[in-house]
Amino acid sequence: MADVKSTIAHPYIPNTVPEVRDEMLRIIGANSVEELFAGIPDDLKYNKKLNIPDALSEYELSRNLEKTLSKNVSTKDVISFLGGGCWEHYVPAVCDEVNSRAEFLTAYAGDEYEDHGRFQVLFEYQSLVAELVDMDVVNVPTFDWAQAAATSIRMASRMTDRYEVLIPKTISPDRLKIIKNYCSPHIKITLVDYNPESGEMDLDDLKKKLSEKTAAVYFENPSYLGFIETACKEIGDLAKEHNAITIVGVDPSSLGVMEPPSRYGADIVCGELQPLGIHMNYGGGLSGFIATRDEVKYVEEFPSRLFGVAPTIKEGEYGFGDVLYGRTSMAQREKGKESVGTQTSMWAITAGVYLALMGPEGMKELGQTIMQRSQYAVHELDKIEGITASHFKGVNFKEFVVDFNETALTVKEINKKLREKGIFGGIDLSEEFPELGQCALYCVTEIHLKEDIDQLVQAVRSFK
Amino acid sequence: MKAINRDHKVRNFHQAKWDEPIIFELHQEGERGIIPPTAEQEVVESIGDGVSVIPNALKRKSKPELPEITQNRVLRHYLRLSQETLGAAFNVEVGQGTCTMKYSPKINEVFASSHKMTALHPKQDEETVQGMLEVTHNLDLYMREISGMDNFSFQPGSGTQALFAMASIVRAYHEANGEADQRDEIITTIFSHPAQAATAAVKGYKVITLYPDADGFPDIEKLKEVVSDKTAGFVVANPEDTGIYNSRIKEFTKIVREAGGICYYDQANANGLLGITRAKEAGFDMCFFNLHKTFSTPHASGGPAAGALGVTERLKSFLPGPIVEKDGNRYKLNDDLDHSIGKVRSYHGVPQNILRAYAWIRALGADGLKDVAETAVLNNNYLYHQILKIKGASAPYIKGKRLEQVRYSWEQLTEDTGITTDDISRRMADFAHQYWTSHHPFVVPQPFTLEPTESYSKADLDEYIASLTHIVNEAYTDPEKVKNAPYNSSIHPVVEHDRFEDPEKWAITWRAYLKKTKRSEVTS
Repeated sequence: MADVKSTIAHPYIPNTVPEVRDEMLRIIGANSVEELFAGIPDDLKYNKKLNIPDALSEYELSRNLEKTLSKNVSTKDVISFLGGGCWEHYVPAVCDEVNSRAEFLTAYAGDEYEDHGRFQVLFEYQSLVAELVDMDVVNVPTFDWAQAAATSIRMASRMTDRYEVLIPKTISPDRLKIIKNYCSPHIKITLVDYNPESGEMDLDDLKKKLSEKTAAVYFENPSYLGFIETACKEIGDLAKEHNAITIVGVDPSSLGVMEPPSRYGADIVCGELQPLGIHMNYGGGLSGFIATRDEVKYVEEFPSRLFGVAPTIKEGEYGFGDVLYGRTSMAQREKGKESVGTQTSMWAITAGVYLALMGPEGMKELGQTIMQRSQYAVHELDKIEGITASHFKGVNFKEFVVDFNETALTVKEINKKLREKGIFGGIDLSEEFPELGQCALYCVTEIHLKEDIDQLVQAVRSFK
Repeated sequence: MKAINRDHKVRNFHQAKWDEPIIFELHQEGERGIIPPTAEQEVVESIGDGVSVIPNALKRKSKPELPEITQNRVLRHYLRLSQETLGAAFNVEVGQGTCTMKYSPKINEVFASSHKMTALHPKQDEETVQGMLEVTHNLDLYMREISGMDNFSFQPGSGTQALFAMASIVRAYHEANGEADQRDEIITTIFSHPAQAATAAVKGYKVITLYPDADGFPDIEKLKEVVSDKTAGFVVANPEDTGIYNSRIKEFTKIVREAGGICYYDQANANGLLGITRAKEAGFDMCFFNLHKTFSTPHASGGPAAGALGVTERLKSFLPGPIVEKDGNRYKLNDDLDHSIGKVRSYHGVPQNILRAYAWIRALGADGLKDVAETAVLNNNYLYHQILKIKGASAPYIKGKRLEQVRYSWEQLTEDTGITTDDISRRMADFAHQYWTSHHPFVVPQPFTLEPTESYSKADLDEYIASLTHIVNEAYTDPEKVKNAPYNSSIHPVVEHDRFEDPEKWAITWRAYLKKTKRSEVTS
């Protein structure tokens, strides 16, 4: 192993050149680098060498990491039917080109005068998502859908001065964990039952649980379990009767074919940007948006940055800046709305590029292909005796629950067998929703060719 | 032959200016940027159009009014806007103090863009992600070395989210001990990121803020006054944004711990500390590092980032799950954490940044990490020494050496010339420099905060100093020149600031802009 240290100057650190260090020390009047640390008491100094391996040269590092990464089986190596909040979609090459540009990749928090382009692309992202959800205000996104939902809930609670939120029991358990932790200790999360036939929210239970304490009703379309919530207007009307706010979480890949929630009663729309041109990255591709109407009572409750457009001193020039900066924790610390900091701007830029490429036709075709392919998968799987791919009766988007209860195998066993055939089966729901028994959540998007689906069906049939 | 004269002291810079329209203005009906896959004929024959099953009320009635633009025109638009963005790769990026804008090695982008990283699904079986889990576990071990903590979670997606996770752990800990109602206060300091206070408030805590004493240290006498059996936790950065290391930190943590509070350490300013001093010995129960600061992952225009959250053994069961553990030769996910706060970010945080940070550490090794800290501190003290020579500049509080950054003041310059730190900020853009003032409130008058990291050469630092010196000379001789800046940026100062404050005028999206400007045309 080459000793990088022996070359003395590290390639990442220019001032490891001894002559330069000596000169700098001389200029500042210090005898040694150690002197510069005089402010740290001796008993706090760490005098041992860190137990971390010696430096690798770039080539060695490359060999080492390639070997380690090769132990991963990527979804490009197999056919994957995993979804449930992070989905495999086609990522246009232009999306990767733009988000790997060093200009955007290495920018951070500069002002308009240095980073005008960053401000404009984020304003454009807000504007593009606004068209998709048919709302006039969209934030610079937060960490993920779960955080967007949690913040939407806190916004609703502040607006209504109420502290209970109703959420369907079919929500993703991980998302629920995040919402619960983010809303505690102020806001009580109450789960609403679902109809075992359709999976949809049980409206009688909702009526029972709605009260003058209810800040908001939150539901998702499509739901975590893939079915479409059809009684949306009724849910929104019931919430309104109790002066509660309606929050709807969406998967934006559905919005070329499905009505945006703003048109069926949603006051706040939130959701996940990852389907819009962002790789899954083992979950690191997630990014959550929030959208509302352009009303002061909503805008002033956003914790996020909101970029607005304004003229500059030069005629014809677009300038940008923060709308109501005084809302934020950056301006007011603990008195600001929740907190804001580094979140997921690069994914906002990428989602903007994606929507600009797709246009209205692309989004419509995407939605349609997803529906055709996923319905085809359900149709074919349903033909296998003892398996029901339409566990919930109704319409699905992208995902569906496959019921294996009539087989002698657990989902875990089936998924193991599928892996051996180069297939990642759906998410095992037996722990997340024990009442469903041996069921799995399958995801089919525009990337799944007919032959991929046929291969799955053939494999499952062979285990019978 | 006469040589070309390159004697000018400041860079003769001009940023790209493309005068790009808003993307909607590129719309041409019928153009296409990309065509998504369509279903095969057999699928269509079997299923039909796929969308008529959607109940009518939920069928999209009108298409989203997205622009229609050919692929190369979309690309060109974004490339032009990228050129109007001054990323760290392009400038002597010492001006965004507290942000640790260091070099993000390109080789790490090669790893991060491998399909063995990008195309992993967070729910795939752990047997199929052994490489990723190995990297995560090893980074955990390195972080333990660097901090002295006993376990790390990489779930937080940023420093703010790590602070929130730590405030959540504080609450869960006191709940487990039946003291959550009684302990309802968190103590922080003014020279810290606003999110320390803000995230504690989100978790329901009253926030008590310590101000600095005459030397710039958090006031220890004040701490003794406010600490009580109501104290749930104490959160602090050390050094704070002044670059002053609080040498009495152990006394601080002792006072809080003896009162039953949890001490948690915001290590956003850790770049001068690697291999030098650790959280554990300073008496902290928890700490976090920003992988996008100290550990070089690119800042990505503002995320995704990552917060590495470390705890001592007694708090391990409170971590967000799952954490990665080694079991013989295999790596596994452990979600069996008795008191877990649940989750803060979905799945496993931002794994591509775990990978980049791991690769960065491997490229440096133990000695290299110490070189990072020492060089960052050397660079900072050099910059500090030279800036104090500039007329009108000062560095309030204790004299003597600082660690990795300094919060300076132009108080004297403003008094002498009327030029403020905001004026200088705009003028610095003319010389290709980032420049940052301070978080609010401005405790230091006319503040600016510089953090040179280890990534810049002496010549780079001299360039930054020369630009500041040049602007200060202008301030004393031709202040209007500074006031009217910038001249060489992509953009000019915004007028009508009520467009950001007045609901009738703000436009957060293009559609809102069109509605509001149309309305004003009608009324005017």
